[in-house]
Amino acid sequence: MTAAKENTQTMSTGQKISNALSDRRVHLAGFGVGILLIAIAPYLGLYPIYLMKLLCFALFAFAFNLLLGFVGLLSFGHAAFFGMASYISAHTIKVWGFTPELGVAAGTLVACVLGLAFGSLAIRQRGIYFAMITLALAQMVYFFALQAPFTHGEDGIQGVPRGELFGFIDLSQTMNLYYFVMAVFILGFFIIYRAIHSPFGQILKAVRENESRVTSLGYNVTALKVGAFTLSATITGLAGATKAVVFQSATLTDVHWSMSGEVVLMTLLGGMGTVLGPLFGAGIIVTLQDYLAGMGSWVTVITGTIFVVCVLTFRRGVVGELTRMLRIHS
Amino acid sequence: MTELLGIPPQVLFGQVMLGLINGSFYALLSLGLAVIFGMLNVINFAHGALYMVGAFVAWMMLNYLGIGYWPALILAPLVVGALGVVLERTMLARLYHLDHLYGLLLTFGLALIIEGLFRNAYGVSGTPYPIPEALAGGQNLGFMFLPNYRAWVVVAAIVVCFGTWFLIERTRIGSYLRAAVENQELVRAFGINVPLLMTLAYGGAVALAGFAGVMAAPIYQVSPLMGQDIIIKVFAIVVIGGLGSIFGSMVTGLGVGVIEGLTKVFYPEASSVVVFVLMAIVLLVRPHGLFGRPRT
Repeated sequence: MTAAKENTQTMSTGQKISNALSDRRVHLAGFGVGILLIAIAPYLGLYPIYLMKLLCFALFAFAFNLLLGFVGLLSFGHAAFFGMASYISAHTIKVWGFTPELGVAAGTLVACVLGLAFGSLAIRQRGIYFAMITLALAQMVYFFALQAPFTHGEDGIQGVPRGELFGFIDLSQTMNLYYFVMAVFILGFFIIYRAIHSPFGQILKAVRENESRVTSLGYNVTALKVGAFTLSATITGLAGATKAVVFQSATLTDVHWSMSGEVVLMTLLGGMGTVLGPLFGAGIIVTLQDYLAGMGSWVTVITGTIFVVCVLTFRRGVVGELTRMLRIHS
Repeated sequence: MTELLGIPPQVLFGQVMLGLINGSFYALLSLGLAVIFGMLNVINFAHGALYMVGAFVAWMMLNYLGIGYWPALILAPLVVGALGVVLERTMLARLYHLDHLYGLLLTFGLALIIEGLFRNAYGVSGTPYPIPEALAGGQNLGFMFLPNYRAWVVVAAIVVCFGTWFLIERTRIGSYLRAAVENQELVRAFGINVPLLMTLAYGGAVALAGFAGVMAAPIYQVSPLMGQDIIIKVFAIVVIGGLGSIFGSMVTGLGVGVIEGLTKVFYPEASSVVVFVLMAIVLLVRPHGLFGRPRT
């Protein structure tokens, strides 16, 4: 009896937590705390460069999750948008003398156009074919980056000046740069959050659950999917372009298929279809890579092992499993 | 005829021949992918890695055990097939009830592990594998010089593809396979061990990849990266041909190889992307692939 009573008590607590987490005011408060945490993180002993890398990859993973988690489309070619945007932003800033914000905007715009083109093509097939097509299209971009003169092949674009934001904020000051990256991150996250919680986002989820039903309700599913793909590619470009400013370079690594695999892993590990999952996934992977940097190709083996373990035992990801534990209690 | 479209015939036919050889490997690999996809509904991302393992097993047999090319041509595919059976039984089989995407993600992880391990052991630069003595040398056909080994690769690939076609379309076990693709429940109700059939299909298909690997060893360098270089192209070829038919995989593989070879002659800059451009065009014109059926 006592055990059962205790059980009901924990259940109601779990339910309370679960309900509270879906409350809009709680979300807003959570964002406030999150922004505050990001703002003070460099003063808590964490390296700004590491944090900026984390923010860029988290944004990348958010954008990717919009597609995989909320529309159910697995793209294996997101490195194309990430890498191309970083090349464009690096080139426009270094060679054309763009200010950082214009460079990032140019990179994002190119990713958007590329996303629209790839999305319209890839959407003609579904499921597993979709993944293979995006991978193949991205490989085309990789070879383009390898051969085009402005990308400098194997060397990549190096020594990109950080420049002055809007012409007067000096980004060579690390903390100025940090708050710029933070602003970009918040902007990107907010766009994705709004998209997910808008009628557009609701219909996307409906497409994931039952596509023919949505078609029968009179929605143009193809246009919706292409729209989601383009949005995802655009935000991915924003992340890639910003990364080029942070690291002052753009290289073939960013556009290689293993980068596409990495973002899949971040999303899977963090929890696909959860709002915050990608942040955790990106955090784990970026930290891991920092620690394992000296281990050469063992990193590949470890990454592969995490993939296998995740798929076999841990499909909901970190955030997904936590949420489920709360739900079981409610 | 000394020149054709301003290109010496030796160069032209040489590239066509090279295209046919690449095409033979494309055909063997996409054939395996088609069998696995048909039976298991999984796109086997590890196919390229297992092709590489096939080449390495042959190389190891030669260098550590002194086993030559011909025995390796049989033994290495068996080793790769056995590895495939283990992977299927211990991991892939757990995912059949889930979304197909998980199979893709699992095999992607496996590919990373396998390639990473070989990279640790052997580095990224390739190691050569000698052409078997019986096939050394070549024939002068008048318009071009044809190395014997290359001719053997094309012939062997076509024979193996036809063998697979025969096995699946004309034998009893093949009829079980085809029936299981259509309706697994019903085939099981007839008392046929479908899980075993699936394991065999996976093992057989990756053994084909291993076989391709051994054949590729004397032509390309044996290198841990040889699998990932080819597998993405093979994916594009699968999209071009559609996973509908075995015959389709074969024709598409060889055809794309030749087109790629011709591109090397006429517009070399585009040769690395021509496969993907072809894929984009096919998607625009025939979204289900040249030999694919629209699925419901």
